[in-house]
Amino acid sequence: MTLADGPSWNPIIDLQQMWSFPFMVNAFRAGTIVAVLAGVMGHFMVLRRQSFAGHTLSLIGFPGAAGAVLIGVAASYGYFAFCLAGALVIAAMPRAGPGGYSAESAVIATVQSFALACGFLFVALYKGFLNGVNALLFGNFLGISTGQVIVLGVVAAVSLAVLGVIGRPLAFASIDPDVATARNVPVRALSGAFLVLLGAATAEASQITGTLLVFALLVMPAATAQTLTARPARALALTAAIGLVVTWLGLSVAYYTPFPVGFFVTSFAFAGYVAAQAVRHTRPRWRAVSTAGSPSPTGIAR
Amino acid sequence: MNAHSLNSAVNRQAGHTGQPRAQDQQVAESVITLRNAAAERGGRRLWSGLDLTVAAGEFVAVLGPNGVGKSTLVQVILGALPLVEGEVRVLCGPAGRANERIGYLPQRRSFDPSLRVRGRDIVRLGLDGHRWGLPLPAWLPGSAARRSAATRVEEVIDLVGAGGYADRPVGELSGGEQQRLLIAQALAPAPDLLLLDEPLDSLDLPNQAAVAALIARISRAQQVSVLMVAHDVNPILTSVDTVVYLAPGGSKIGSPRQVITGPTLTQLFGTPIEVLTTSDGRLVVIGHPQRCEPRPQPHGELEP
Repeated sequence: MTLADGPSWNPIIDLQQMWSFPFMVNAFRAGTIVAVLAGVMGHFMVLRRQSFAGHTLSLIGFPGAAGAVLIGVAASYGYFAFCLAGALVIAAMPRAGPGGYSAESAVIATVQSFALACGFLFVALYKGFLNGVNALLFGNFLGISTGQVIVLGVVAAVSLAVLGVIGRPLAFASIDPDVATARNVPVRALSGAFLVLLGAATAEASQITGTLLVFALLVMPAATAQTLTARPARALALTAAIGLVVTWLGLSVAYYTPFPVGFFVTSFAFAGYVAAQAVRHTRPRWRAVSTAGSPSPTGIAR
Repeated sequence: MNAHSLNSAVNRQAGHTGQPRAQDQQVAESVITLRNAAAERGGRRLWSGLDLTVAAGEFVAVLGPNGVGKSTLVQVILGALPLVEGEVRVLCGPAGRANERIGYLPQRRSFDPSLRVRGRDIVRLGLDGHRWGLPLPAWLPGSAARRSAATRVEEVIDLVGAGGYADRPVGELSGGEQQRLLIAQALAPAPDLLLLDEPLDSLDLPNQAAVAALIARISRAQQVSVLMVAHDVNPILTSVDTVVYLAPGGSKIGSPRQVITGPTLTQLFGTPIEVLTTSDGRLVVIGHPQRCEPRPQPHGELEP
């Protein structure tokens, strides 16, 4: 099958051309669902400084998927089962204080190595699986079935609905756990609930970006948006928008080139982050000049 | 009733006209009541036999050396730590039952410099962060409650004088600026009681004075009771009504001039301590209480 001769540079014609293939339609559908879900969960993950936990959840998904293929089940069930179980394990781990994740990093790293080793074993047991390893690690944008899209959509809708209910106290507990505890916010329970949601989002993202490129959609859009704005509502909207743009751009560019989708999606997300950092580090300079007339009386504190 | 008792009743009345609301509520029930209270942390008895009554609008400072249980007292009042002896009642109920009427400022570390959330959002969390759901943006038409929430946040930001930097990311602000925003956060739900754990810690001297004056002004203007943990009584000496002095040798409660005296501190620490008054009215504690605590000096300006 020849994919295309080359882009016409007319976005509508190009999209029509790509969408004449059902696997491309499914790739765009799945990419859209996952970009929004991973972006929104990523916003809270960055806010809570839990990127390491997210990374571990994605690596736990690898043995899940490999094990599922080994026993003859669809890989997506393996991702969901292991990511959600991993989230519950991390949530159940004792920690130093509310919101303190630095102390648990050694425990998480231990779990992470063991998970990777299990994945290695499952891959070795399933002989002739070597091409599949690539898909598990680096993504499988173009092999998504319609049934998978429906599962992704349902899980994403449920996750976002739950987040809609717990969003505000979760933000409170993330930013200011001591005060939130004093105001009777169930900080510990919210932390566990969020890890389960993060597990679901990681499982979804892993299915299309692969275990190793999960952060392209889970961290990068959120980190970029939070660099550009300190308003939570704007940051959330911007995160989803950035996730969508890099996914759609990555799919489109990969369609017309021989290179993999995951590379382009990750590279575009990375370019966006670098650009945002550049903007932020040039902006304070003129801001400092513009506010020089009103020196803060508290400038020497800290 | 003879003329003498009538006179003294009138005098008492006249003496309190400055705080009519405070007196009314005091008659109903005090804001904090501790009776014969004792607390332990990790099996170690911190303080015992503590009797404390805080009236509405009263400004109480909790002083004492490190590790003596000052923050523990705050946790007890929040209901986060049960007493091992005695009774605690807060805002007409058991501790922990009315925490939505308490503005709490924990002992603070500053915010992570990379935290990209506006000061205004931090203040808003104090108002409705505990509620389920997501806040809708203010520009959406509809609910008046939402508009009044935004107005309330604006009010408390103005009250603490943080209007100039409330829209900047909180991690980029100085310690003093963050502290003002956190006081605004504690004030947002219009609490009846402020619990401030070392609010002047990590501030430089001009900021200590400014923040202390701000807390005293709020306490008086809004008739909010304040219980404030502090290391040094000097920045709050002019505004504080009552001092609770916790020390390894027991506790003492009274006005600053009653409690921070040579004989009282000598008794509390079990070692000779002298209190001097400087020409501008500040207290200087001089003594050799090193035997009790690794860092016993409760006040600045100490002689070794």
